[in-house]
Amino acid sequence: MENFPFQKYSLPKQYLLSTVFILVISTACYLFSDFIGYKVVALILLVAVSLTAMFFDIKPVLLSAIVSALVWDFFFIPQKFTFSISSAEDILMFLMYFVVALVNAALMTKIRQIEKKAKEKEEKENTLKLYNTLLNSLSHELRTPISTIIGATDNLQSMADKLSELNKHELVTQISKASLQLDRQVGNLLNMSRLESGYIQPKKDWFDINELIYDVLNQLKDELGNHPVHVAVKDNTPLFKLDYGLIVQVLHNLIHNAAENIPKYAVITIRANCKQDKLVIVVEDTGYGFPEDEIERVFEKFYRLKNSKTGGTGLGLSIVKGFIEAMNGTVALENMQDGGAVFTIEIPSEISYINLNVKE
Amino acid sequence: MSQPLILVIDDEAQIRKLLEITLHTSDFKVKEAASAKEGLALAKNSNPDLILLDLGLPDESGHLVLTKLREWFTKPIIILSVQSSEENIIRALDNGANDYLVKPFRTGELLARIRSSIRSLLPNNSTKLNFTNGLEIDYSNREVKKNNEVIKLTATEYDLLTLFAKNEGRVLTHQYLLREIWGPGYINQSQYLRVFIAQLRKKIETDPNKPEYIMTESRVGYRFIAKDNL
Repeated sequence: MENFPFQKYSLPKQYLLSTVFILVISTACYLFSDFIGYKVVALILLVAVSLTAMFFDIKPVLLSAIVSALVWDFFFIPQKFTFSISSAEDILMFLMYFVVALVNAALMTKIRQIEKKAKEKEEKENTLKLYNTLLNSLSHELRTPISTIIGATDNLQSMADKLSELNKHELVTQISKASLQLDRQVGNLLNMSRLESGYIQPKKDWFDINELIYDVLNQLKDELGNHPVHVAVKDNTPLFKLDYGLIVQVLHNLIHNAAENIPKYAVITIRANCKQDKLVIVVEDTGYGFPEDEIERVFEKFYRLKNSKTGGTGLGLSIVKGFIEAMNGTVALENMQDGGAVFTIEIPSEISYINLNVKE
Repeated sequence: MSQPLILVIDDEAQIRKLLEITLHTSDFKVKEAASAKEGLALAKNSNPDLILLDLGLPDESGHLVLTKLREWFTKPIIILSVQSSEENIIRALDNGANDYLVKPFRTGELLARIRSSIRSLLPNNSTKLNFTNGLEIDYSNREVKKNNEVIKLTATEYDLLTLFAKNEGRVLTHQYLLREIWGPGYINQSQYLRVFIAQLRKKIETDPNKPEYIMTESRVGYRFIAKDNL
C-alpha cells in the first residue's frame, strides 16, 4: 500500500493537490487545443482523474472529477467560455463524462479498500505464525524439563529399591537441572511479556558499575563454574544513573549465554567505562563467535541459531536488546578476528564523580 | 536456644511440605498455617522464634499480615514470595520484614538466612563484637580491627559499619541506610551510599569485589553477614 504516497497528506492538502493537478493538465490541453479535438481532451482528463484516484482519498478524487467536468465544459466544449452546451451529442458526452469520472473514482477507491483488507489479512497471518512459533518453542522448551522431572520422580518413586545409589543421585541431578532450566525459561517469558506490554519504565538510581558486574557474576556463579572471567572497569569510572535491575538482567543474559555456548577454556571478559556521558559495557569471549550470516538476526524474537542446542527459547538476546532500547541505548554484536563474540552496549546516562570528602 | 520454633504461613501445601522437611532436617521445630487468620492466631499462641511469611495468602494480603504481626511480634520475619519487584520487596522490608527471599529459592540459602536472623536475636550487650572471619568492632573505643590490625575508618564509615553489624543478617534498604547515616534529607542521594560502600569494602573486605561481610542485595539494599553463614 506504499503505492499511495499522497494519502499521508492532510485532506485539505489532498484537495489542493488533486485540483491543481487537474488544472495543470487542463492548461496543457488548452495550449494544444488547436491540434487536439475537445473529445480527445475528455479522454485525457479522464486519465488524469484516474491518476488522482490512485493517489488520493475518495473525496478529493470526486472533487477532481467535478472540476474536470466543469473545466471541460467551460473551456473546451463549443461554445467555449460558457457552461451552456448547444448540441445534444455534447450534452450526452458531458453527462457520460461525468458518470465515467465518478464511477472511475469509486472503483479505484474500492480496489484500494480490497488491497487494504488483503494486507490486514497478511498481517494477521504473520501474527499467527509468530504465535505458533512461540507455542512450538514454548511447548518444547517447557515440556522437555517437565518431562525430565516427571520421569525421574516416577523412577525414584516406583523403582527406588532397584535403583543403585549412583543412579538415584543421577536422577536427582537431572531433576535439579531441569527445574533450574524451567525457572529460567519462565523468567525469560515474564521479561518478554513485560517488554511486549510496553510496561517497562526504567527506574533510575545511582550505581557503581563495578559492583553491578560482580553482583551479576555472583548470581551466576553456579552456571559459570570454572570458566575464567575477567572484569576490567577503568579507574575513575563515575557512578551512573540508570535502571540497575534492567542492566543486571542484560548482563545476566549475555554472560549466561556465553557460559553456555563457549568451550570450557574460553575466557569471558567484561569491560566497562564512561565515554562522553555514556555507559559503555563490553562483554566478549574467546569462544567460537556467531555465524556471520546469522549475526543480523540473533536479536530477533524467537530467533535461534541454526546449530543451537536445546535449552533456549530464542528470547535471551531479544530481551537484552529490548531492555537496552528501553533505556535509549544500543547494543551491537561483532565477531573478533580470531573467533569469539563481542557485545558492545552503550547507554546514555547522567554521571557523577562525587568527591569523597563532600559529606563526611 | 535448643530447638528454635519456626512458624510457616503459606497457603501452598507443596511449599509447606518442602519447608517442613527442610526445617525438621535442620533441627528446627515447625508449625504451619495455611491462611492469614490461622497464621496470626498461631503466632499469638505459640510465640515462635521466627516466622516465614508468604505474601500471596488467600484471605488477606501478606503485607497486611506483616503489619499486624509487627504491632507486637519483635522476632525475625522472613518473607517468601513469588513477587520479585523491588516495590514489593522494599515495602515488606520497610514494614518490618528482616529478609526477603523470592520463590523459587534454594533451601541452602533459606537456612543460611534463617540462622543468621536467629543469631541476631541472641543477647548482645557487650561493647565488643567479634566476627568469625577476623573482624572486630570495639564500641567503647570506636575501634575496628581486621586480623588484629587496626583499620582506620572515617566517622561515616564507622557509623555505616556499626549500623550493619547491629543488624546482622537483616536486609537494610538503600533508603534506610541513607536516612540513618546521612539523615532524612538524603534518602535520594544514593550516590553517597554507593561511594561509601565501595570505600568501606576496600578497607574491611579481603577482596572488595567478592565481599564476605557487606553483601549486595540487588536493586534493594545491603546485608551484613558473618562468614559461617555462607
